Amino acid sequence: MIRHVRFLGSPKPGEGRIWVIAGPFLWFMIFFVIPFVVVAKISLSTAAVSIPPYVPLVGWGEDGTLNIALHFGNYHFLLTDPEYVIAYLSSLRNAAVTSLVTLLIGYPVAYAIATTKETLRGPLLMLVIMPFWTSFLIRVYAWIGILKPNGLINNFLMSLGLINHPLDILNNQFSVYVGMVYAYLPFMILPLYSCLEKMDHSLLEAANDLGARPIRAFVSITLPLSLPGIIAGSLLVFIPAVGEYIIPTLLGGADTLTIGTVLWNEFFGNRDWPVASTVAVALIVLLVGPLMLLQHFQSKGERS
Amino acid sequence: MIAALTRGRLFLRLMMGLAMVFLYAPILSIIIYSFNESQLVTVWSRFSTKWYVALLHDEQILHAAKISIEVAVLSASGSLVVGTLSGYILSRFKRFRLRALFSGMVMAPLVMPEIIMGISLLLLFVGMEQVFGWPQRDVQTIVIAHITFSTAFVAVVVQSRLAGIDVSVEEAAMDLGASPGEVFFLITLPLMVPALVSGWLLAFSLSLDDLVITAFVSGPGSTTLPLVIFSKVRLGLNPEINALATVVILAVGLVSGIAAFKTAFKVLTPGKAIAQEGQDKCVSPA
Repeated sequence: MIRHVRFLGSPKPGEGRIWVIAGPFLWFMIFFVIPFVVVAKISLSTAAVSIPPYVPLVGWGEDGTLNIALHFGNYHFLLTDPEYVIAYLSSLRNAAVTSLVTLLIGYPVAYAIATTKETLRGPLLMLVIMPFWTSFLIRVYAWIGILKPNGLINNFLMSLGLINHPLDILNNQFSVYVGMVYAYLPFMILPLYSCLEKMDHSLLEAANDLGARPIRAFVSITLPLSLPGIIAGSLLVFIPAVGEYIIPTLLGGADTLTIGTVLWNEFFGNRDWPVASTVAVALIVLLVGPLMLLQHFQSKGERS
Repeated sequence: MIAALTRGRLFLRLMMGLAMVFLYAPILSIIIYSFNESQLVTVWSRFSTKWYVALLHDEQILHAAKISIEVAVLSASGSLVVGTLSGYILSRFKRFRLRALFSGMVMAPLVMPEIIMGISLLLLFVGMEQVFGWPQRDVQTIVIAHITFSTAFVAVVVQSRLAGIDVSVEEAAMDLGASPGEVFFLITLPLMVPALVSGWLLAFSLSLDDLVITAFVSGPGSTTLPLVIFSKVRLGLNPEINALATVVILAVGLVSGIAAFKTAFKVLTPGKAIAQEGQDKCVSPA
């Protein structure tokens, strides 16, 4: 009897679920997915002096006919204007160089943490993560004081007498790389660490016993086994780095063009929302591949 | 052989040391030079707290700080709700239609360039305002945008906490006659409290720090602290900003970092799953 009542009172597992899922699902549909559709739509419009500053795609003619005007000119403009092509390519280069350098620096660091005493690992990891908790903007700003002509590095080197003239290391490509590597380094170290930490060290001992030199053992055992960490870390650095805006703006020079800066300037400077949307669509297209790869890794990880 | 190994270890130690200097030198330089009396930020004259005093009298900064804290509290609380639900769904509902889409939508903001989310949310808000007359661009649009990107971080923390909670506890409660709602609120939620605390703090500090998305979705009356800082630092170094930065670093960074000590590091591997995937491969060579 009681069982019967309970059966009526509580729905089968699965029926209530849909209502639990519906809330967050709708939130992300409305505020994450639909916005992309809106961006794609407005990228097919043209700028106008109005509020909002673009021509509506769908309108009613004076005779009551429905007019739909799709304007593909922005895409043509983007593909042929050298400024945009350069911005696109230099963003890709920035992100690729950043991924590579963070990997070269991050790998030994992750390896060092993973092979140190167990009691030290937690605190060391915490030290790697702590900067992430402090403001991104402020950390990037700090580099201006370090790199500028009378900044900390130049003052130090000149006081030692190593250089006579300040080094030109701010507001150019070099300082952009420094800022990007600095900001994204933790994103590389953590996935590498979690991979290297779980590695079976008896494999290295076996290689050693069989006469492999440390370098050989590293190349044929450690490196291939840490490949998932390398891929994950590279994606976590590359994807946000392509669209980076703050670092090229604060540390880059007048000639620094990236997707992030041209999008920002079109939007806020020229108030050309349709062209800014087109730049955004181009960036999304560029990132679809890496994002799918990341999602593929995540769903594979969840199944196992 | 032994010499080679120790040389290797020495190299690793050195790299780690240099990386730590690299990570912390900029932050320390900001803190040290915030006590510099000179207007020339990087030329030390003598110790002074005058920039902190100037900060206290800067109406623009104080007003922006008030708005930032209001936004951060609201959006951290909002992302706590959405993020807890999302983390729970991803961790406990293993199979449902559109699950891949759902997890993609929740997790993508972790890596999505902010500039994309900024422009797309703004265009959505503008479109909605035309059609429905809502929302006006002010604190509420910033809060919605912040909830959307920081939910993923809360969800990751919640998910990793739930992975450590034995499902049999929930099943036992169910067998004893608790409804799914009762199980969630009486059993699961209390067990998740540490994750909820660190999730909230993380969302709070992410919101307090956000510049790019906020720049797009804020209105004329809702200028947050990062917007003020950015407009000032674009013009170059500013000793008052060093003082403000020190306050922000100490107040937000340290306090929330320590409060969330245990679960903090899981957050930075948005591929917690990726890491697991990595671990599987690392343990057993395929």
